[in-house]
Amino acid sequence: MLKLSNLVTYYGQMMALKGVSLDVAHGEIVCLLGGNASGKSTTMKTILGLVRPREGTVEFEGQRIDRLATGEIVKRGISLVPEGRRIFGRMTVWENLAMGSYSRRADPQADIDHDMERVYALFPRLKERLTQFAGTMSGGEQQMLAIGRALMARPRLLLMDEPSMGLSPAFVDQVFDIIQQINKQGTTILVVEQNAAVALSIANRGYVLQNGRIAAADTADALSKADDIRRAYLGEE
Amino acid sequence: MGDILSILPQQLVFGLALGTVYGLIALGYTMVYGVLLMINFAHGEVFMIGAYIGWAVLAFLLNHAVGSLHPVWVLPALLLPAMLMCGLLGMTIERFAYRPLYSRGGSRLAPLISAFGASIFLQNAVMLTQGARMKVYMTNTLFPRDWRFDIFGVNISILVVVMVAVSLALTWGLIMLVQKTTLGRSIRAVSEDREMASVMGVNVGHVIGLTFFLGSALGGAAGVLVGLYYTQIDFVMGYSAGLKAFTAAVLGGIGNIKGAMVGGLLLGVIESAAVTFINPAFKDVIAFAVLILVLMFRPEGIFGEALSDRKKV
Repeated sequence: MLKLSNLVTYYGQMMALKGVSLDVAHGEIVCLLGGNASGKSTTMKTILGLVRPREGTVEFEGQRIDRLATGEIVKRGISLVPEGRRIFGRMTVWENLAMGSYSRRADPQADIDHDMERVYALFPRLKERLTQFAGTMSGGEQQMLAIGRALMARPRLLLMDEPSMGLSPAFVDQVFDIIQQINKQGTTILVVEQNAAVALSIANRGYVLQNGRIAAADTADALSKADDIRRAYLGEE
Repeated sequence: MGDILSILPQQLVFGLALGTVYGLIALGYTMVYGVLLMINFAHGEVFMIGAYIGWAVLAFLLNHAVGSLHPVWVLPALLLPAMLMCGLLGMTIERFAYRPLYSRGGSRLAPLISAFGASIFLQNAVMLTQGARMKVYMTNTLFPRDWRFDIFGVNISILVVVMVAVSLALTWGLIMLVQKTTLGRSIRAVSEDREMASVMGVNVGHVIGLTFFLGSALGGAAGVLVGLYYTQIDFVMGYSAGLKAFTAAVLGGIGNIKGAMVGGLLLGVIESAAVTFINPAFKDVIAFAVLILVLMFRPEGIFGEALSDRKKV
């Protein structure tokens, strides 16, 4: 479904991705692990066209998307739950969800109300707060909204950047349960996480990024058993 | 003192009328600041060109007098072309004077300097093509001098009522557009978080262009209203009006649409009060003194929010 081949991306003079290749098959949950500045977020931004790769290609459903505008990429069925949530704080919850469906505004077939109901079913809390300004909600509620907003684009591939960041442990479990539910409803997921234990517990496969290169790639089971991964990312001696 | 108090209501009416127009121009500053975090210092010139377009249309209608000139149809005939052409002018300025600079990243000062350049360019273009001498709006042919009425001892002309009504109606329309429509939501999304707006599928360049169109169209309408009211226009009129409107936008809280209108009204009323109680010569001094006082105690302006770190310069 998604295939990155030898991506090289620069931030100014700095080479952030040094030849990253990975693929995500339809229906999978794939996690991308790695420490700070390993290139995880840059990979996400490159997929969405927010930064342009200098070399390499991004293919989505068999077509190259690495030269398309971000809006076009979103239209093709990729949406993002960004790091730090980045909901529109000065808009209401409802308006945030409406923004999520922006890419489908011209589609007469788009049943936006139906999609809203689907989001409320996953996050009943949001339905109670439709007219509240999103900036006044708690971190956990904002994360629900960020996920709901991304689902409103009706993505076939959902990118999630650090969904557990800044959440209480109980809430992390809840969010990851919901990620699994979304996946079961038919959405493929690529999730970037520092919290490797939780991510590997729900993922089919995983990649480990180090200094802009893929250092390891395997099934989630194998990765969580590999000694070096356990030491580096699962905090075990 | 009794004399002064007796003319105060009259002065307040002038103040409110002028204030709504300041507010109308201020909307252009505040909207552009919202999406680009820059002050479009060429906005005053867009307002001036609006006044010239209205003048040209009115002169044309007078020369080719099609029956009697009734404001019911003549006023829209002046406003609409001025708004449309000023809107397109605003988009053009953004496309050629600002976008090449901000799209490459770099300093936010670069587009600001380019704005001064655009402002000088437009002033000179109007001076060269229209001449340096002032033009006279034949307002009397539209709103005869005796179209006025008394209410509570205040004498008000129909023109002032129309000016206030048009300004408020346009402001209301803009607020509805921004609050209730998909386009308005996309403008707000871009002003809050440009990258996330593009992740939603918003074409940020289009939205910025449309924001310039809307703000400039309102500036053009204000140009026509001011032309009708003062009857004399010239190619430097955008400077002082632009400065006042910019002050109004800052007073109300830059980036905030309601704030721009409230700031404009406040500034108009303060000026007219200064004219009444102190000395007409001091009206600008008083207006800016109030601005400084407000900013000392409320740096973000009346309706402004404390700027998030992202938006700090």
